[in-house]
Amino acid sequence: MLNAPTDAMGIEAATLATDPAPRRRFSDATRHRVFLAFLLVPTAVVVLAVVAFPFAYNVAISFSNMNIYTLRDWRLIGADQYVSVFSEPAFWAVFLKTIIWTVVNVVFHVGLGVFLAVILHQSFIKGKSAWRVLLILPWAVPQYITALTWRGMFNFEFGAVNLLTESLGGSAVSWLSDPVTAFVAAIMTNIWLGFPFMMVIALGGLQSIPGELYEAAEVDGASAWTQFRQITAPLLRPVMIPAITLGTIWTFNNINVVWLISNGGEPNDQTHILVSYVYKAAFSMYRFGWAAALSMVIFAVLFIFTQVFLNRTNATESAY
Amino acid sequence: MKTLASRFGSYGVLALFVFVAVYPISRILTISLRPTDQLLSRSLAVVPDGASLDNYRVLLTETPFLRWLGNSLLVAFVVTVTGVALASTAGYALSRHRFKGRKAALSGILVTQMFPATMLLLPLYIVLIELGLINSYVGIVIIYSATALPFCVWQMKGYYDTIPASLEEAARIDGAGPWQAFYKVILPLAAPALVITALFSFMSAWNEYVVAAVVLQDTEMFTMPVGLKMFQGSMSTQWGLYAAGSLLVSLPVIALFLVLSRYLISGLTLGAVKG
Repeated sequence: MLNAPTDAMGIEAATLATDPAPRRRFSDATRHRVFLAFLLVPTAVVVLAVVAFPFAYNVAISFSNMNIYTLRDWRLIGADQYVSVFSEPAFWAVFLKTIIWTVVNVVFHVGLGVFLAVILHQSFIKGKSAWRVLLILPWAVPQYITALTWRGMFNFEFGAVNLLTESLGGSAVSWLSDPVTAFVAAIMTNIWLGFPFMMVIALGGLQSIPGELYEAAEVDGASAWTQFRQITAPLLRPVMIPAITLGTIWTFNNINVVWLISNGGEPNDQTHILVSYVYKAAFSMYRFGWAAALSMVIFAVLFIFTQVFLNRTNATESAY
Repeated sequence: MKTLASRFGSYGVLALFVFVAVYPISRILTISLRPTDQLLSRSLAVVPDGASLDNYRVLLTETPFLRWLGNSLLVAFVVTVTGVALASTAGYALSRHRFKGRKAALSGILVTQMFPATMLLLPLYIVLIELGLINSYVGIVIIYSATALPFCVWQMKGYYDTIPASLEEAARIDGAGPWQAFYKVILPLAAPALVITALFSFMSAWNEYVVAAVVLQDTEMFTMPVGLKMFQGSMSTQWGLYAAGSLLVSLPVIALFLVLSRYLISGLTLGAVKG
């Protein structure tokens, strides 16, 4: 699914070359236009209604003084909210935390996902579909349920994490009352939630790698690690790069886990990433203009990241 | 070539990760089975002492659980139908037809993935207040559909791209109109992609908490995620109810997932891998 863009662009390039012939099929240009409109307009209306208009609105109020008192008679005040965002004492700390959050999560998601996929893909493994289904469970169970279950598991006295630690001879950690351990708890939860998705993507990618390549490598006496580096990794790249791009965006903007594990930023609003900070500013403190400005900053960060990452990794190039 | 040790190791790693994946879910089962006088237990057994189904009874008879379940099913169903109908048509147009603004539309759809949901939530909340759509399913269904659509449209387009255009040409020569060629020839061939689109739309509506928590304010109107979070409030005594509810809600999703996961795995890669 995540890979569709890469591929579609390739096919698009291919079909553009042979395009003139099919176009002539439609002698009745008006009928063609009506048909196209019928196919496209409903989606365009829904997406524009929900995405484009709020985006413009958001840009506007990010330059305004809107809050709970000025909800009905807000006015534009220039870039003050942006200045206020960058001069907020907590901003840079939360920004740094968001980057740590994103990098650690994505590295573990992709690392574990590919690792498990490679192991599961080996020909001698019996009962592949059973293993696959069990490993996919964290993805299949609704996120708000598992996130809250993990919150229960991090309970100091009754949570399974501490009970397991104690039974293994360790000492109990007061996970959720300390900002650092609460953040670690949120990261652990999110790693658990996210690795199955990457595993599925990697499994799909592995199925397309011709087995003869490995047979040839075996004949040449290549070790398992060399085979992974020389065959598996480069051929997984085109599948994984778009997944990593979207995974990074989704993780950066994943409010659910941080919010639910820390119960809205506890302890003492110390457990936030940028996106939960926006939520808090908007819906607990009703600082709408400020939250909109922070949203624009998040969007800019992700937009720039995506452009740079996709360019540097040549995500649209084919592996062969 | 594989040595016994590496086989053993591979199964060991798989078993370890299956344990890690399944264990938290087994905790939900344990908590839901605990009798009410032992809610806070330090035991790690999966089936607790004096296991009882009391929580399930209370949940089904004394809370609005079934009502919330119905609400969630209604919302998820409408979103699924909308998502499949819109994505299958828009994806078809973007795959098969060349028109002005086509490329802009395709990349514009991708850019929407970069918006923080909160960024949309903020203006939408204000707009919904203005339109009087707070505490109504209309707003929620539109928002969920629009959230699921960008991915679904790309996914459908990628799949249509793999179906040869000669099939429609043959249908047109046989006298079918453009609509018939699409509906009768191409759409049935795209069944696996439709299944993925349906699953993705359903899941995005079924699981969504943040938007629902903001928009739905009446307990009677709650969808499952918002309702279950209520048990989670401040009182530890509601853990049992929460766990039982979580498990019941997960079952249909897991079942759906298991049935469709075979299509999902082949479908996910159909677009990207040219082999």
